[in-house]
Amino acid sequence: MDLLQIKNVSKYYGENRVLNNVSLSIKEGEIHGLVGENGAGKSTLMNILFGMPVIQSTGGYEGEIFINGKNYKPTSPEEAMAEGIGMVHQEFMLIPGFTITENIKLNREQTSPSLLSKVFGKRLEKLDMKAMAKDAREALNKLDMDIDEYVPVAGLPVGHMQFIEIAREIDKAGLKLLILDEPTAVLTEAEADKFLEVIKKLSEMGIAILFISHRLDEIKQVTDSITVLRDGEVVASVKTDEIDVREIARLMVGRKVELSERKNEDRKISDEYILEIKNLHVNMPGEEVKGIDLKVRRGEILGIGGLAGQGKLGISNGIMGLYESSGTIIKDGKELPLNNPREALKASIAFLSEDRRGIGLLLDDSIEFNIAFSSLEVQDNFLKKIGPMKLIDKKKVREHALRMIEELDIRCTGPRQHTRALSGGNQQKVCIARALSLKPDLLLVSEPTRGIDIGAKKLVLDTLVKLNREQGVTIIITSSELAELRQVADRIAIIYEGKLAGILPPDASDEEFGLLMAGEDIKKVVS
Amino acid sequence: MKELIDKIGLPRFIIILFLIFLMALAIYLNIPISDLITDILVRFGMNSILVLAMVPGIQAGIGINFNLPLGIIFGLIGALVSIEFKLSGFTGFFVSILIAVPLAAIAGYFYGKMLNNVKGQEMTVGNYIGYSVVSFMCIFWLLAPFRSPELIWAYGGSGLRVTVSLESSMAHVLNNFLAFKIGNVTIPTGLLLFFALFAFLVWLYSQSNNGLSMKVAGSNEKFALSNGIDVNRQRIKGTVISTVLAAIGIIVYSQSFGFLQLYNAPLYSAMPAAAAILIGGASLKRATIVHVLVGTVLFQSLLVVALPVINVIAEGSMSEVIRIIVSNGIILYALTREGGQTA
Repeated sequence: MDLLQIKNVSKYYGENRVLNNVSLSIKEGEIHGLVGENGAGKSTLMNILFGMPVIQSTGGYEGEIFINGKNYKPTSPEEAMAEGIGMVHQEFMLIPGFTITENIKLNREQTSPSLLSKVFGKRLEKLDMKAMAKDAREALNKLDMDIDEYVPVAGLPVGHMQFIEIAREIDKAGLKLLILDEPTAVLTEAEADKFLEVIKKLSEMGIAILFISHRLDEIKQVTDSITVLRDGEVVASVKTDEIDVREIARLMVGRKVELSERKNEDRKISDEYILEIKNLHVNMPGEEVKGIDLKVRRGEILGIGGLAGQGKLGISNGIMGLYESSGTIIKDGKELPLNNPREALKASIAFLSEDRRGIGLLLDDSIEFNIAFSSLEVQDNFLKKIGPMKLIDKKKVREHALRMIEELDIRCTGPRQHTRALSGGNQQKVCIARALSLKPDLLLVSEPTRGIDIGAKKLVLDTLVKLNREQGVTIIITSSELAELRQVADRIAIIYEGKLAGILPPDASDEEFGLLMAGEDIKKVVS
Repeated sequence: MKELIDKIGLPRFIIILFLIFLMALAIYLNIPISDLITDILVRFGMNSILVLAMVPGIQAGIGINFNLPLGIIFGLIGALVSIEFKLSGFTGFFVSILIAVPLAAIAGYFYGKMLNNVKGQEMTVGNYIGYSVVSFMCIFWLLAPFRSPELIWAYGGSGLRVTVSLESSMAHVLNNFLAFKIGNVTIPTGLLLFFALFAFLVWLYSQSNNGLSMKVAGSNEKFALSNGIDVNRQRIKGTVISTVLAAIGIIVYSQSFGFLQLYNAPLYSAMPAAAAILIGGASLKRATIVHVLVGTVLFQSLLVVALPVINVIAEGSMSEVIRIIVSNGIILYALTREGGQTA
């Protein structure tokens, strides 16, 4: 009988379906790989399995889960743990100042009675450090770790922290299933190799493992079977021997149905470069860019794709000077000073941030002020001179805002409405209007459709394409949604680990995109 | 009814109700209303510029400028110097301001630089800087080389008095300028005009491109950075303007009060001003001239009316107790709100 059986699980977040009839089963001691793009539903599935509160608070899920044939419906992580399910999170959940032993035994400490506890109850018993250390030692031994169990966690290499997290899970009595959420993402190659060995050892001990990773090589190397998720659906569930990495990549990316196919049109793009990036490094936390060379042609739409955390967002932010960067950026043949947003704006570059509500908008100011401000600040537009003072020309601002509201079809109660009250799609349109007021010849767009419903997504993308075609604005669009890039971009650059993995035409195969995003080497660059 | 409360805000609604109640009591107790109104007008005029000094600080993103004493010190120095040179009337008044403004601007500049290193804690740090500056100046007042018998201790020796009378110099120059009477109510025209002038200047600045940059830097730092605004510079600007307004504010206050208060007195200036603007509906992120007007009128009226009424009903200095409860209570209330919300 299978250890874990998931049958027809579906999950909605509001109107949004994130999981649709997902079924999978795992045997005792099996290593099961789970792959999929960002947003494919992996984390949601994990959250359901581990009984995370977010699932209950958003209305629970449909379908059934069985453990050893017994119905299992967790409502809290404690219940999941009681059933023998352990989880190692992507971010380390360790307390730096505590020793390894204390971290492994956290909240499950062995104790011995003391004077205080006899008076005030069990919570005040003394910690039995010796017994705890013995258990911790055992768990560490199982992982071939010879590190001293009394060392504090702070300052240990990340690889060690990962192992300590796992040691904590296997120290729990009756661990049957261990969920690993991208455990190798932070490890060096050598550490990752050792890690994979440990996983195999655990599986020999009879512990089943659900292994989530973007690194297809690892998945192929270590797992017994693989499930591929895409858009919340299982697209394949196969034995690892029967599938190769290319096929996994193809299944993972696939073509999404929701967006229309791009139109066939003849695109003539000049050979002139509007922007040349040489050896760009950007120190953006979580999205670090580690040396990118990229040339952008005048009049094209260049897509930048890749998985989350690989550095694709860092590029636009680096060009705008919002995060510390180094390297060379040449705009229109002139070198652009780095780390200086004003110079970037003056060089006719406009930017739509991925953090719309944080960076893109003044939430407590009116739509008209939001639209006009960049242009007012950088180009001295919308001002009237009175004596030595330059005052805001409210009439001009109003006229301009009304025109933009009509042109971009911003749904609002009027130009004086505060942007906080607008929907995501309309907020994005206000951002676009603000960028357009600068009359840029290069527009950087980051995650333009994040958090926007499908109807509005199409409108936003159409607006961008229209700008490109009618006003000749060059656009660099960065997005986690490959389908969206393939719909609007002329070329798509894929970023992996802060570097350019390759540039593909939008009609390249799913397989090629999947491989590039997973960091496989396919030496393909469309110039 | 609910709409009305939503529109003016619960704190203002409660205070207005309380004020109406006190007014009714005053009439019942036969306290002359015309005197009360005269008092309200004067107290509004003398405090309003100090309250106005809060506006540029909040707009530039340093929150409530609890370091008002810094500017006030230089206002006092300006006034002292003009008295030392035996200037009186408007000459004395304007010379005081002329001396105070550049000093305050320089101090504000360095204070602003310092605030840029303690982002997020400006109000706490400002409070303590205020204490330090006032304490340091206590030494200065003792050692300062002033000679005028108006200023130094009556029994001779060195050191300035705790309170310096302005009777022979610039007392009431603004209050009496173009003052007229309606019935028994005296309108301190000059005082009100002077405030109107500064309120207009601050408003004008907030409509200019420089002022708008400052406001944006204060309301969303990241947005400002992405628009090429030097946020630190804007914060320094706001701090300088706030400090300068505090210096002018104390001169206006003193000429109306008739005395210069030295030593520990400046310590107690920031709290009422902060309370007034918060009562007016400002938040830690957003303040306008309207907030200054509404807040100062409400806060000062409350004090003016409460004083005689409560002194008749209860013994002792109840009005002082009420003032402290109201001003500190409203500050506490405002600080518990989220950054963007108003009290």
